[in-house]
Amino acid sequence: MKIILMFSNLIIPMTIGIVILYGYGRKVDLYDSFVEGAKDGMSTVAGILPTIVGLMVAVGILRASGALDILGRLVAPLTNLLGYPKETVPLTLMRLVSSSASTGLLLDLFKQFGPDSYIGRFVSIMMSCTETVFYTMSVYFMSVKITKTRYTLAGALIANLAGVAASLAITNLLYAPA
Amino acid sequence: MLNYIWGGMILVGLTVGAFNGRMQDITNTVVDSSKEAVMLCVTMLGIMSMWTGVMKIAERAGLIDTLSLKLKPLLRLLFPGIPREHLALKYISINFIANVLGLGWAATPAGLKAMEELQKLNTRKDTASNSMCMFLIINMSSLQLVTMNILAYRSQYQSANPSEIIGPGLLATVFSTIAGVAACKIFEKRRGE
Repeated sequence: MKIILMFSNLIIPMTIGIVILYGYGRKVDLYDSFVEGAKDGMSTVAGILPTIVGLMVAVGILRASGALDILGRLVAPLTNLLGYPKETVPLTLMRLVSSSASTGLLLDLFKQFGPDSYIGRFVSIMMSCTETVFYTMSVYFMSVKITKTRYTLAGALIANLAGVAASLAITNLLYAPA
Repeated sequence: MLNYIWGGMILVGLTVGAFNGRMQDITNTVVDSSKEAVMLCVTMLGIMSMWTGVMKIAERAGLIDTLSLKLKPLLRLLFPGIPREHLALKYISINFIANVLGLGWAATPAGLKAMEELQKLNTRKDTASNSMCMFLIINMSSLQLVTMNILAYRSQYQSANPSEIIGPGLLATVFSTIAGVAACKIFEKRRGE
């Protein structure tokens, strides 16, 4: 399993290196392209700032009111049985529905437990391997006016479930539960 | 969708908070969380613009096209229903590669074009074809190599090593994608008869 963590440290420098070499090979104007792309990135982040404000406040209210703790206690009997961290249930479900709302919940967990805690690592891995199923499906199918989606939802949910289970197993293997 | 989720979260929070006598905490949260959101975006500004800058070079150099050509043999296996040189395959591969590199802005337009082409091949226009199901299930199983925004969030909350989750995340992604493809193939066989 150590090799997986080594890979984590290599992939960003390697990607940057390969892209730059490839860019030289194709005679791309490297620095101009970089600056232009970086500008795009800045406006993207500035564009999502209002969303982040709105959702962090909403999740913050849920947290401060004690509603998230109540939900955690409600699902505890089931999650204890499965060995699933109960604090992450709201995030796991929200992940399927809304990308920005799940980001709000993710940040809340980072704040509560820290990104390097067992829970923090588990949700980081889980967020990397799942997608907003319902939203994506409706955008793509609506664009071509398809109403009968057959087994798309079932397949996507199976993929997501496998991702969540794999994340939990990998987190348990790499970092013993606290 | 967000209309209900966002409003719902706040209303549920306010109601539960009123019963629990947590109004003071809620007031503080409204002020603190909005401030925190801005701090988070400042961290993200640096990390994300660095990454999108590098990815712009990749895009200009034609890396997406080169990699999508390499994907073709694999796509033929996954989408036996699409003719060999059909445009749909090109758009699907661009969508997959852009997703792997985390280029959302390039992925979605190509994905919509792919759906358009798949619809041309489709015999029942209101029903998803096998290829459409496969395409979307793979798309939604997450393909991204480096989830830069998660790294930015981790770094904002003082992770000692924000990037340590890249490898584990990638491994989990492999599992979710394989499960999606397998499920899709099984459904295809069962309903195809």
